[in-house]
Amino acid sequence: MKTIKVEGLSKRYRIGKTRANSVRDTLAGFLRREISLEDRDLWVLNDISFDVADGETLGIIGHNGAGKSTLLKILSRITRPTKGKATIRGRVGSLLEVGTGFHSELTGRENIFLSGAILGMKRAEISSKFDEIVAFSEIEEFLDTPVKHYSSGMYMRLAFSVAAHLEPEILIVDEVLAVGDTSFQKKCLGKMQDISKGGRTVLFVSHNLHSVSRLCKKALWIEKGAIKNIGPTSEVVSDYLSKGLNFVPERSWDRPDEAPGGEHARLRSVRCLDDDGKIASTFDIRRPVMIELEYDVIKEGKQFSTTAHLYDPEGFCLFAANDVGPTWQHRQRPIGSYRSVVTIPGNLLAEGTFFVTVMGFGPITHETFFEAKDVVSFSVYDPIQGDSARGDFGGPMIGLVRPMLQWKTDYFE
Amino acid sequence: MQHENITIIEPRSNFASIGLAEIVRHRELIYFLALRDIQIRYKQTLLGVAWVLFQPLVASLLVAFVFGSFVRFDGVTVPYPVYILSGMVMWLFVFTAVTMTSNVFVGNTNLVTKVYFPRLIFPVATTLACLTDLLISLPIMLILMAYFGVAFFWQMLLTPIAIAMLFLLASVVGIVFSALNVRFRDVKFAMPFFLQIWMLASPIFYPVSFVPEKWRLLWAVNPLVGTLDLWRATLFGNSPDWQVIAVSSGSLLVLTIISIAIFRYMEDDFADIL
Repeated sequence: MKTIKVEGLSKRYRIGKTRANSVRDTLAGFLRREISLEDRDLWVLNDISFDVADGETLGIIGHNGAGKSTLLKILSRITRPTKGKATIRGRVGSLLEVGTGFHSELTGRENIFLSGAILGMKRAEISSKFDEIVAFSEIEEFLDTPVKHYSSGMYMRLAFSVAAHLEPEILIVDEVLAVGDTSFQKKCLGKMQDISKGGRTVLFVSHNLHSVSRLCKKALWIEKGAIKNIGPTSEVVSDYLSKGLNFVPERSWDRPDEAPGGEHARLRSVRCLDDDGKIASTFDIRRPVMIELEYDVIKEGKQFSTTAHLYDPEGFCLFAANDVGPTWQHRQRPIGSYRSVVTIPGNLLAEGTFFVTVMGFGPITHETFFEAKDVVSFSVYDPIQGDSARGDFGGPMIGLVRPMLQWKTDYFE
Repeated sequence: MQHENITIIEPRSNFASIGLAEIVRHRELIYFLALRDIQIRYKQTLLGVAWVLFQPLVASLLVAFVFGSFVRFDGVTVPYPVYILSGMVMWLFVFTAVTMTSNVFVGNTNLVTKVYFPRLIFPVATTLACLTDLLISLPIMLILMAYFGVAFFWQMLLTPIAIAMLFLLASVVGIVFSALNVRFRDVKFAMPFFLQIWMLASPIFYPVSFVPEKWRLLWAVNPLVGTLDLWRATLFGNSPDWQVIAVSSGSLLVLTIISIAIFRYMEDDFADIL
């Protein structure tokens, strides 16, 4: 029995400068007959076909911008395909973010009902599960407090427990597990496992290959809007790890409308540089790695910092490095071009491949001004000359970081 | 496992259906969204209910004071302040509902891009939430009528018909603006202007009979004309102008069909534009 049948699904976005977004421009463009001269078509999904059987858990992997999220949005009916068809048997529940429909002014109790209804639950269903939801979230005492006074952990717990008690026949989940602390992530993952064991069909998009491997028997790898591989998770994941990772030491955007960012700031480029300031994709383990961001502030009045997050190929985050320098900490950014560089010292990372995510964010407001996930990548190698943390050891060494730490050995006859 | 509901996802549908069945299936969501709007509104404003009551009352008394001292309309059978208030509570509902609804998608981007439900639910729920303001101000209306010694008639039992018409009218105008606002950013600047003209072109401060008879039916193409006439006829026990009401009802029906068609045509792109 096929629960989901996708046939030739395609999605096109029009991108271009001439996209009129006011009545005036539309009329003017119409009169001058110069509509869409500069528009370009971008096929985010191109002729995707696959089936998901009843009770199957399918993991969807691929780089950012590969089309994973668009696929989920189409299957959740948030946006329509340009071509093709998908047939879904059963009630669909989709979780594309944690806390869908939450309103900060409302209390925990009010939000449980609101969010539940938005996610597709009936009122009677929410009432009957209410106690369970509250127990799972561990926020009993604060049930009648507006959620704006919650800590982010409490907010996440409540939001996830509403979502976890949704009982659709088909569950569509997008990386919601990527947030929250580790213990909370474990709890979520456990709940997800229960759901998939309960015989429901699950579609799960994630960056984290660990969780995909744990949760899904079958995986789908999408690259540039097309299916690269589909099959048993272990095969697809190893195929992805061997072929899918190509190092991109530099990314830049010529057209501001395609660059990551919003009304306040736009990213222009991200580069991996060595200590001579040259673009590099492989680094000697003893030398520093610099991540350089160039961006424009196009609207003033916001205070923000930049941050770089480092991930291993399986999606595990090594660290986040926020710019806490005093210059821009308490100052609104004037309009202009900026260049920010973060230096990862030598003898910190282990050998291997690393992916960098960069963001411009408000340290106080928690706003995101631009974000580019896995935007550049580089690898680190050790020439084994005896002065790295390896010493003269040539065999395999484990660990994601490899700092030079001080050992002291005393000898007692 | 039994699968009764099969969903077929395809490129843009022909917008022949309103998807009424689906909206009815989501009726609880309409309730929760309306409840949310009401809760937030009354939590955020310090004066809360008091504000809803005093806004039309103060405005009506001011208008009545200014106009009432030097204009005298023939068709007004009740004291002028009562007459103005009866028009004002209705207009304020339309004004608030259309203004709030027009922003409903732009202001709830996270919901539109992260979860699916029939999009029409949103403007309908917002209009419904605004209806509470009207219902809250009705007792004030009755108290003022009693104060001025206006007689109560059995026709008052029919006022819900006029309120239903008004609700439909505010919903469909809000529906169009909510959709246009997603696609065109200058719509929000044009809207206050549109609302002002609409207010002056509707019998809020003056009776229907104020407009010359030869223009009256053409004027009644504005659905608010017939709605207000029916509202006052039922509230004050006057005889309504049935022709005006018939033209306005017809025009409201056409407007409803056009609005929903426009909305259905535009809604598929909401998630992509926002």
